[in-house]
Parts: sequence; C-alpha cells; structure tokens
Amino acid sequence: METYNVVIIGGGPAGLAAAVSAYDAGEHSILVLERDTQLGGILNQCIHNGFGLHTFQEELTGPEYAQRFIDRLIERKIEYRLNTMVLDITREKVVTACSRADGVTRIQAKAIVLAMGCRERSRGSLNIPGFRPAGVFSAGTAQRLVNMEGYLPGRRVVILGSGDIGLIMARRMTLEGAKVLVCAEIMPYSGGLKRNIVQCLDDFGIPLKLSHTVVDIEGKDRVTGVTIARVDSHMKPIPGTEEHYDCDTLLLSVGLLPENELSRGMGVELSPVHKGPVVNESLMTNIPGVFAAGNVLHVHDLVDYVSEEAETAGRQAAAYAAGSLTDETGREIPIETGGGPRYTVPETLDPARIGDQLTIRFRVGSVMKDRRVNVYLDGDRVLSRPRRVMAPGEMEEVLLTRKMLDGHPDLKSIAIKVEEG
Amino acid sequence: MRIYDAVIIGAGITGCAVARYLSRYQGNFLVLEREEDVCCGTSKANSAIIHAGHDAKHGSLMAKYNVEGSEMYPDLAEELDFPFRQNGSLVLAFSKEDLPRLKALYENGVKNGVKGLEIIDAKRTRELELNASDQAVCALYAPTGGIVCPFEATIALAENACANGVEFRFNTEVTGFRKLEAGWEVLTAAGKAIETKAVVNAAGVYADIFHNLVSEKKIHITPRRGDYCLLDKTTGDFVSHTIFQLPGKEGKGVLVTPTVHGNTLVGPTAIDIEDKEGTNTTAAGLDQLLQKAGAAVKNIPIREVITSFAGLRAHEDGHEFIIGEPDDAPRFFDCAGIESPGLTSAPAIGLDVADRIARTLDLPEDPSFVGKRKGFLNPNKLSIKERNDLIKKEPSYGLVICRCETITEGQIIDAIRRPIGAKSLDGVKRRVRAGMGRCQGGFCSPKVMEILSRELGVPMEEITKSGGKSQVIVGRAKDRI
Repeated sequence: METYNVVIIGGGPAGLAAAVSAYDAGEHSILVLERDTQLGGILNQCIHNGFGLHTFQEELTGPEYAQRFIDRLIERKIEYRLNTMVLDITREKVVTACSRADGVTRIQAKAIVLAMGCRERSRGSLNIPGFRPAGVFSAGTAQRLVNMEGYLPGRRVVILGSGDIGLIMARRMTLEGAKVLVCAEIMPYSGGLKRNIVQCLDDFGIPLKLSHTVVDIEGKDRVTGVTIARVDSHMKPIPGTEEHYDCDTLLLSVGLLPENELSRGMGVELSPVHKGPVVNESLMTNIPGVFAAGNVLHVHDLVDYVSEEAETAGRQAAAYAAGSLTDETGREIPIETGGGPRYTVPETLDPARIGDQLTIRFRVGSVMKDRRVNVYLDGDRVLSRPRRVMAPGEMEEVLLTRKMLDGHPDLKSIAIKVEEG
Repeated sequence: MRIYDAVIIGAGITGCAVARYLSRYQGNFLVLEREEDVCCGTSKANSAIIHAGHDAKHGSLMAKYNVEGSEMYPDLAEELDFPFRQNGSLVLAFSKEDLPRLKALYENGVKNGVKGLEIIDAKRTRELELNASDQAVCALYAPTGGIVCPFEATIALAENACANGVEFRFNTEVTGFRKLEAGWEVLTAAGKAIETKAVVNAAGVYADIFHNLVSEKKIHITPRRGDYCLLDKTTGDFVSHTIFQLPGKEGKGVLVTPTVHGNTLVGPTAIDIEDKEGTNTTAAGLDQLLQKAGAAVKNIPIREVITSFAGLRAHEDGHEFIIGEPDDAPRFFDCAGIESPGLTSAPAIGLDVADRIARTLDLPEDPSFVGKRKGFLNPNKLSIKERNDLIKKEPSYGLVICRCETITEGQIIDAIRRPIGAKSLDGVKRRVRAGMGRCQGGFCSPKVMEILSRELGVPMEEITKSGGKSQVIVGRAKDRI
C-alpha cells in the first residue's frame, strides 16, 4: 500500500489551499486526489469576476483565482492525481481511489483533509410538482454547460431560488442571448449576496419575486411553461396568486449541500444544521487526524474564506502528521449560540491550542436588523460589534484573540450571541 | 415485403415478455414502440415490487398470472441477470375490526396458491420491521413478496428477445389495422403498413383504443395516476420488507418498500385522470402520499426525498386483465388492463400469450434459442483485484462519471453499445443508473451527454433527455447574438 503523510480529498479551492499550507508548514509528503480532469474544482466554471478581493485585493475570475493556487501547488511540486475518484475512506485513514490510469489503489494516510465541496439541491429534493421534461437544470449544471462546454441550455428562462449561482446565471444567460423572465425566491429575503442582486438582476431589469415558488412545471418533452405562486408565512402556495410564464427552461438555485458521503461512510460526525463535519478549533473532526475545510464543512459565500479556512486545516493536518498536534482533545469547550447564530464553525475550541487568533464563522437563521454580535467568555462580554443588517445569505465571522482568552485562564463557557441594542 | 408472424405493439414489460417468449419459436417477430426506447410508460414508473399474490381475487386472471409470475421471477432474474430479491412483504392491520379482512386476505392468498403466508402478531411484526407503525395490531406476512428493478427486467427481456432474432422498431406509432384473410395489416404514423399473421396489443394505457379498433366488444381503460417519492440511499435500511396497509376501497393503498438498489420508495396514490399522458405529479397528490405513508410506518425520513414521479396504471373498468383474442378479432391478442400486479404477472402473461400464438400459427420451436442474457457489469460488486483486471483490459471502467451511484464510463458505453442501446440520458439512467442518485444528474449529465454524442455520432444539440423533442440544450452559446 502506498503511504502519504497528508492526503487531501479534492483539488478545488479548499484542497489546493490546504495542500499549499501543509507544505509550507514543513510537510512534504502530500497527495491531492481530484476526480475531475483538472484542478480548481467548481471555480473553473465561475468565469465571472469578483473572486479574491480579500485574498489578493484584486478582482479575479474563478479560473484565475484557482490558477494562483495551482501555481503555488506546482511550484512546490506537490503531488496530485486527476480523474481519480475516492471510493471509500476507512476510520484507519486508508483511502481507496479509482482511476483509468491506476485502477483501484489504496493509500494509507497519517492525516486527511476532507475538501470535497458541495452539490446543488435538485428539483426532486424540493418535491416541485409537475411534469419531468428536459429543460430543468440546477444552476450549476447550466453554468457548466454554458461556460465550459459552450452550449446554451435554453432561451426563455425562469429561475427558482436567488442563491448566488442562480443570480450569476441570470446575468450569464442574459449575456448569452437568453431572456430571463423572473427570479422567484420562496423566502422573504434573498439567499444571495446583495452585490449579486444588484449586478445580476437589477442591472438587467430581471424582477426578483420574494415569497414566491414554482407550483407547476409543464411540458412533456421540453419545458413549455412554469407557474409560480406567492407563498404564505408557512411557505405554502396561496391559491389565486398563480402566474404563468411561457418558457423553455427552469433553473434551480435552491441551496447547496456539503458532499459528505465519504465522511459519513468513515464515521465522521456531521452537523444536522450545516450538514458538514462537526469540528474543533483545529478543524479536526471526531476522527483524530481527519480535518475538513471549505464547502464540505459548511457552505461559504466567498472563496477567499474557503482558502483561509483550508489553510488552517492544511497546517493542522501537517502538525498532526508530524505528531505536534496530539489526539487528546484536552478541554474542548462547546461554543454556545443562544439562538442567534444557527451554527458556528468550529463548534468547540480548546483555548490552549489557539495561537494569535481564531476565526469563528456562523450564519443567522433570518434577516435581522440593528443588532450586535456579542462574544461572552464565562459571561464577560469580550467583543461587541454592531451589525446593521444580518441575513442568512451572508456568512458572519468573529475573531477571538489570544488576548481575550488570556484574560480567562479557567475558561468554562463561550457564547456568541446576536442581541438587540 | 416481409410478412411477420407476430407484431407486438408496445415495448413495456408485457410486450417485451411476449417478445422474449415468442423468440423461443421460429418466426419473424417485430416489436413496435412509439417512444425511443423500451420501458417508457407504466413499466418505468411503478412500485417495482413482485406481489406474492394474496390480493388478486381468487379465480381471476390477475390471481392466476400473479402467482405464476411471482414464481417465475427468481429463475428468470438469474437467467436474464437483472436485480431481484425476495424481501418478503407485510400487510398491516391497524385495529381488531380489521382482523376479519386480514384473515380473508390470507385465505384468498392460500386459495391462490401463495406459499408461506402467515398472520403474525404485533410483536413479531415489529421484530421483522422496527419502523412499522405502533398502531399495527397484526400483519399478513408473505415471505415470497419481492422487489425488482423494473427497468432492467424490461430491458433484459428485450435484449434477450433481440438476441434471439426479434426486431424492435422505435419512434413508430401504430395508427390502425386492416383485417386480412389470415392476419392483420398494421398501419403506422410513418405511413408504412406492416403485414403480420398475428398482433399483440400490449399498449398499456392505450390498449383500449387499439382493442376497440378491431372489436365490437368495447373495453375502457382509465389512466390511474400514482405519485411516488424516492428517498436517498442513506435511508436504505429504513424498512427491509415491503409494507402495505390493509387494502381499502381505493385499492392497495400507499406502500413503503426498499428498492433493489438500496433506496426507499413510497407510493402510490390512486388518482383517476383522463389524459393518457398525464404523468405529472401534483402538490395535492404528493401531500396525500406522504400523509398516507405515515400511517404504515413511523418517522419516514421524508427530508431525504431525491425525486418524485408519477406513473399511470392501465385500469380497465372490470379491474381484470384482458388476455387473448376477442371473439370477433381472431389473431389479435390483447394484453390489456395490465395494472398492478402487472409487473409481477408479465412473465406469465408473456409465456402464455407466446405459446397461444405459437399454437395458433403452428410455429415450431427454435432450437437455437439462448435463454441466458448477461446483465450490465457493475464494477462496485467486484473485488479490487477483479476490478483492476477489468480496468487494465478496459480502462473506461476506471473513470467514474456519476459520483452519486459510482457509475463508470465503461458502464455507460456498455449501455449505449448494446443491441437495444440507450439513446438518451434517461435511457442511460434506466440501464446503468448514471443520474439516478442524489444529485439527479446535476454533475454527470453534461458528461453523459458527451459520451452519448461521441458514441452515437450525433451533435450535442441533438442529445435528448428522453427522445422526441426533449433536447437538453438549444444550441451554442451566443448563437443568438
């Protein structure tokens, strides 16, 4: 069996950043396994700009952003295998992978970084009634067809869901010559970034209908029409509010799900809220030596934060492989949320293991206005930041510093709360 | 012009079963199918179960073919290499008042010749099925109940028929018949008449239309819609048996069953409609479905739904199969009113109708008939060594295209290159399950399209979801600017 100290599952933005940071932490026995034909993951089909503002203080396209990390990987001569699908990972960290070139191989790792990304929710998971014709695409599939294959998925388009990919595709389809009739969103707020609503819908005169959903899909061969209706506060369609659109395409941007089938198979504990592994401050899962980062951990809005998170995971995986990060979790203190944040990543932390600072990311469950994000250590408020508007579509973060922790040497409880005032 | 011995209308499971058993005889046989592939109607959207045979009324054709068919499946599945498993079924009763009806069902089953039937108490019911409703007071246990892949069963019958010389013509709609002295002329939308000594009417929900064109003894078929929800494979062990509720006035009601591929299937509703193409699900139907399923099993993990769909049962007014020649239309063999237990009965109907045709036409047996068919190779079922040998020989079995179901390029190529091969995304999906998983083709459909385009030698723009005008893309990007 082959052996590598750090095996990284996935060569998208998370996997690339994890590999580079593990290398820079001194670990040189690294293998990245990527199922697609090239590194870069989903960034390859995100040809719009806006990537890298935080990381590079530049506006890059997705492929450009990916290339910066691919270049770093290649400079460091980090090994990677393309067209290689990981079939299984055991608790003992034996990775079984399959490819045309090598067949089925087994690799023993000392540490593993899970970086498989996420997938889109499909029509089926929403139980949208109607026929099942051609012309119903998830927004990401349509994006791949347009941006990577050069095909037009349809000419008259209705979009359900105002997640970022849906918004980006509203603009893309318009630029490619299609007519986007409407973007319907079941929630009373958009799930996408504000800047995308402005740049992708408003600038092209595409109406956004909040609290609306698709109630029927027509067409036996290809989509011929879609009916949307307003929903009540329980998200049930209100009879009499139906509006019909003649169209040949329905794009769905109705949420992303971390892809954790491999994690589940190996016994990684998953959060029922963010659907990714439950991790501690080192981004380590309940299985010692198995780390997670990026969209497989929780779905991010910005790739910059994926890279940042993955750098931590890569560094910690290197430390684990080198024996400097021990299995004993010491004092893992759960981060309480008091109802404001729906979840936090990490879920727990060990103050002794935190260097200069720790970034804690979270999302809120509904739109909140004029609030403060307060951080309490043993009941003492150590941080209070005003937030004019918070929405589920925008990830929040707080920075816990060494200094704050040093003030509470016998720390027993940590809470992050969203409060009025 | 060739004169056929038999023309079979419809390439669903019944038509394909008739074709397969006819191919044991010498003769020229032709299957005509309106769609682009086999298994495009009722056969593709049903409960995918093999009924033990206690439901159908004793003495009916339904009972006869059900029990015969159910007994044929284990050997047939082995011979034709399609997924089938006897998982056993339970009919739950929820109150003491239901007991006489459950008993009657048991007795009916015994009379029908169903083996191993047993009425079991609540404790045993829960031992067999942890998630059975707490309200269940007893159950009828049928160990011979089974589950099957209806797609591959139909495809297997068709492939085996084809291997033994049966012709298949797709995208060919039958429009009428002209009676000949000893047989029929079958008229098609393409305009070409086909001369044949015998016709088999296996046209599913359209069987009444064809029957009524040739016979004065009219029949009427109502499309009875059934909505279903399919759950993710993570729910695969939610139930291990097929769980029915005691049949009421509205038929056998909603069942919960594992599938041979490890999903959980919930359905069907029973909604009578007019439109013979009305395979659309409705919000009301899906709501009703989930509500009713909750009565039989507790804690259905309904958030794990990966797709919902609807199928149409060909419900004949008399609720009975109509098999064989009408008095006033000799050599026109009906297989009409094939609703549940149609999937179970198909092999028995196929065998019987084929033999009747052979007797009528005095067809000799074909000594070169080969009954065995090799199924689609599934590398996931091989050992690592076997898998590596395979990949060395055929590297495309090393490239995973569909992540959710772990389907390789080699399997997709196999599905396309077979004699009755896949021509569309759905055709590939039904054969080797690429796109059948939790992302429902989100990741793999562009790749499967490319493989289809390459293998069939047609441009990407012509690749369809399911034949006809179901093209997936409308052209090149920017072609309108």
